[in-house]
Amino acid sequence: MSNLQETWVYLNASPLFHLTLTLVAFQAANWLFEKGGRNPLLNPVLVAVILVVSVLYFTKTDYGTYFQGAQFVHFLLGPATVSLAIPLYRQWGRVSGSVLAIGISLLTGSVVAIVTAVGTAWLLGGSEILLASIAPKSATAPVAMAISQELGGVPSLTAVLVIVSGILGAMFGPILLNLIGVTDWSARGLAIGTASHGIGTARALQVNETAGAFSGLAMGLNAVATALLVPILWGLLF
Amino acid sequence: MIGYLTIILVCQLVGELIVGTLSISIPGPVLGMLILFLLLLIRGDLPAGLGQTADGLLRAMSLLFVPAGTGVMMHFKLLGEALLPLGAALVVSTAMTITVTALMMRWLKKAEADE
Repeated sequence: MSNLQETWVYLNASPLFHLTLTLVAFQAANWLFEKGGRNPLLNPVLVAVILVVSVLYFTKTDYGTYFQGAQFVHFLLGPATVSLAIPLYRQWGRVSGSVLAIGISLLTGSVVAIVTAVGTAWLLGGSEILLASIAPKSATAPVAMAISQELGGVPSLTAVLVIVSGILGAMFGPILLNLIGVTDWSARGLAIGTASHGIGTARALQVNETAGAFSGLAMGLNAVATALLVPILWGLLF
Repeated sequence: MIGYLTIILVCQLVGELIVGTLSISIPGPVLGMLILFLLLLIRGDLPAGLGQTADGLLRAMSLLFVPAGTGVMMHFKLLGEALLPLGAALVVSTAMTITVTALMMRWLKKAEADE
């Protein structure tokens, strides 16, 4: 028994355990997603996060300890983002044909994302700190966190809101797009990437390369648009 | 494979260096994506190995959000207190953004095609 406990103490302090936990949870979540006929409610990111949080809760592990192991996975987000240049290059023929349409749609979407998020939270009695934290939620996490900090929000809360926006878009975006009858892959991808950044893009890439390329492009452009628009719109509101 | 991964990391590093030096508010990796894209445009074709390396990373992209997503555990209290305004804002805003962006794009592409 004490041997087991010693082993546990050793493992819990090494990055291997929490790195493996992250991968195993994701594999299990993916398996469930496929078994469940790719039901959007079984979104693999969401299920994997629930599994990891449950294990951390039962083993009384804090997030900092977990992150020491998980940072190796987290680090790859940067190179993966750079890699979005490849689908964009492959689809460049389609993108360059509608530069103006992409620009206008993206700017409109970006304004809608900011105004409806702040507006809804304000109507339901959200404090100014919450409003500042949620305003940049459609931008990719590092940009959103920097903007949130500038407005007096809570950057780590913003990171959570960014991820939930991503999961929501990946889960329900395709259903919503079917409902309003938008079948064009470029429009679908652009919409998902504007609202749901990298998580939406990861999902879009699994379905269609054109959608994935437009989604990755929208994610990059919306990072810039949100960084420019949030301070301006915030100044108008407060 | 390692060679192509090096290219990707160098693009990210250059992106981070430019962002840090000029203190512009876009993330280094997003600028790195732009740099790699411009390099490919200049070169005029995509090396097969770079395509495979990038596709490998992108296939795993969902997994890469799990560590950041797990950060939710630090905010259970705050999220519980403000569940209604935050939850409703996220749902309404995500739905509106997707709808407006998709309809706008479809309309503008149709207008372009009709000209």
